Amino acid sequence: MAELNQDSGKGDKGGKVRSKKNGGKVDLTAMVDLAFLLITFFMLTTSLNKPQAMDVAMPDKNKIDQNDNLEIADTRSITLLLGSDNKISWYYGQLAKPIYAPATVEYGKEGIRQVLLKMQKEVPARSQGKDLIVVIRPSEKSVQRNLVDILDEMKIVDVKRYMISKINDDEIEVLKSEGLYND
Amino acid sequence: MGKAKVKRASTSIDMTAMCDVSFLLLTFFVLTATARQPEVLVVDTPASTTPDKLPDDNLGIISVANGKIFFGVKNPNVREITLRNMSQKYNVAFSAEDYEKFKQLDEFGVPIKNLRQLLSLENDARKENIQPGIPVDSTETASNELYSWVQEARKATIEFNRSREGEKDFVDPGPMKVAIKADAEEKYPVVNLIIETLRNQKQNKFSFVTGLRAAEE
Repeated sequence: MAELNQDSGKGDKGGKVRSKKNGGKVDLTAMVDLAFLLITFFMLTTSLNKPQAMDVAMPDKNKIDQNDNLEIADTRSITLLLGSDNKISWYYGQLAKPIYAPATVEYGKEGIRQVLLKMQKEVPARSQGKDLIVVIRPSEKSVQRNLVDILDEMKIVDVKRYMISKINDDEIEVLKSEGLYND
Repeated sequence: MGKAKVKRASTSIDMTAMCDVSFLLLTFFVLTATARQPEVLVVDTPASTTPDKLPDDNLGIISVANGKIFFGVKNPNVREITLRNMSQKYNVAFSAEDYEKFKQLDEFGVPIKNLRQLLSLENDARKENIQPGIPVDSTETASNELYSWVQEARKATIEFNRSREGEKDFVDPGPMKVAIKADAEEKYPVVNLIIETLRNQKQNKFSFVTGLRAAEE
């Protein structure tokens, strides 16, 4: 480079040298900008890529004595029947003589959360200060999203006691009568 | 003249070093990001507000989508021990080459008698449509292959951790965790079968794999 400059620099030395200087320096600002943009992108995607783990604990299967069950007062438990079409049917107490009869409700902030918040206040008043128990019964027509949503709702509302259990035939009839048992 | 020259020099900064560093970082992130293998069974998990992340190691994942069940263990060494135990239990022989290939296999969804056939294929040929899923039912017998896989993987984890006990700086990570990665639209009966399979072997704690949803107030 230097030699080339000297050779051709005989005619008009100053001009040539100056033009070389301008050409030798590439403006890297745009390239650096781009590189940092890409770095940011890859950094964010790699750290956000890791999926969440929602922990679930099921009760131990009592294989020795199937009838070893604990009686719970009717006034403490509400039951959520997860039906099809992203809807829930819920009732308070026992299905045979419910305190609140089965009613259909949607998922989310306006739907099931309002019910849970209301019952969280109402249950201690009715059962000598004991807290709410939620029984979740997914039907065959519900999907995984429903189960995750309702477990998530338990965390958001901070329900201390909840369980996932098996739906029975009477409850399936309830879902059918409310039109929540479609494929 | 002198003043003017100083001004001119200060306006353009030499970006070369900065460019070098940024591209070095870029290369690093690109390489680490693409190292993750594309999953065979595409699962669109539901979203939740759970803040806990899925662990990287010491984990068995049961994936469910389109009614098919796939299983995978994170740790390659545990995979090898699991396959050895399974091979004894089901009387299916595997060659040393098969074991090496199985160590590289992230997840699979075939009955154990077809596993050799799957391992003989190239990596790209192990598509979802040729894998019918792992057989599962409500029993605890050999016909419930998922039950055996999970059980053997748990045993293998213990065996592997025990073999490493003498190593320096080794912290026992405890028993293997089990995660269920089910598709958002997966019907409950399939998920229920898996939950019952886990409960039958007293694996009463497990995780659902979910995506991230921004917390709504």
